Amino acid sequence: MAQAEDRWLDQAAGPVVRPYALIGGRTRPAGEALDVIAMIIAVRGASYDPADLEPEHMAALRLSSLPISVADLAADLDLPLGVVQILLSDLRERSLVTIHHPIPPARLPDPQILKEVVDGLRRL
Amino acid sequence: MVYAGSDDRAGVPVSIKILIAGGFGVGKTTLVGSVTEIRPLRTEEPLTAPGRHVDVLDGVERKSTTTVALDFGRITIRQNLVVYLFGTPGQERFWFMWDELARGALGAVVLADTRRLADCFPSVDYFEKHHVPFVLAVNCFDGARRYNPDAVRSAVDLDTEVPVVLCDARQPSSGRDVLIALVEHAIATIRRGTELSAEAVTP
Repeated sequence: MAQAEDRWLDQAAGPVVRPYALIGGRTRPAGEALDVIAMIIAVRGASYDPADLEPEHMAALRLSSLPISVADLAADLDLPLGVVQILLSDLRERSLVTIHHPIPPARLPDPQILKEVVDGLRRL
Repeated sequence: MVYAGSDDRAGVPVSIKILIAGGFGVGKTTLVGSVTEIRPLRTEEPLTAPGRHVDVLDGVERKSTTTVALDFGRITIRQNLVVYLFGTPGQERFWFMWDELARGALGAVVLADTRRLADCFPSVDYFEKHHVPFVLAVNCFDGARRYNPDAVRSAVDLDTEVPVVLCDARQPSSGRDVLIALVEHAIATIRRGTELSAEAVTP
């Protein structure tokens, strides 16, 4: 077995784990793909039945009281990206979060934004 | 700042995605870490997707996914304007992640090591094919012979408009300069596209 793992389940591949029980073994979220830099905001004042949610859903809601990216959420929750994408699609289905998809760079409403990025990088 | 037609985005940060690609051990982690604080981002992928080796599951039944850690960093330019860097694993077996990461990216930095130049070819091919603006950054390792950027360009057979820059991924100022070169290249690429559609932008 160790020999078989050596073939490509090496350190760079990370540990082999089972699908998470909390998302019912699902590996892909329902609906459209959720970009790693999509911004998530919890809907203020939304009501829900806590019995309907897993602790990880609640944690995601708490972390998104201010806008937060999907990648930051995954890092904060210390959960794999795919798991977080599924948790967020659950929350969206229940209208508990708003998801803002990133604007493609060529369609930014203000071309000055990218120049601001250059200026900002120069200040690093 | 108010943008026309973006009222529903009021207060939502504009997020920009840059990929850091290149072969194994070429300095992707070092580059991301030189300009931001690295946060590990785990992805969990099924091992049974088409085109991957499933025979390695012998003896590890019921363990059907693998976790891959990406290097991920965030640069806050100002309030509501954030740049995200994603170090993309270079080995071909991780390519299933690339499409998701590359979609909507402003551009990519392809890191190259002149001692193993061929390692950068798959990344170059990928970004050319998917029309993602990129720069080739030659990481000047200690002891590696210094190359003229034009010699590298010719060896990699790059289009003339693709910038080739020399860098030292360990130096924050060097990593920063590579990112600046990329964003300026992306701006020029977007502007060319805009001009092609007859909406010239005054410089």
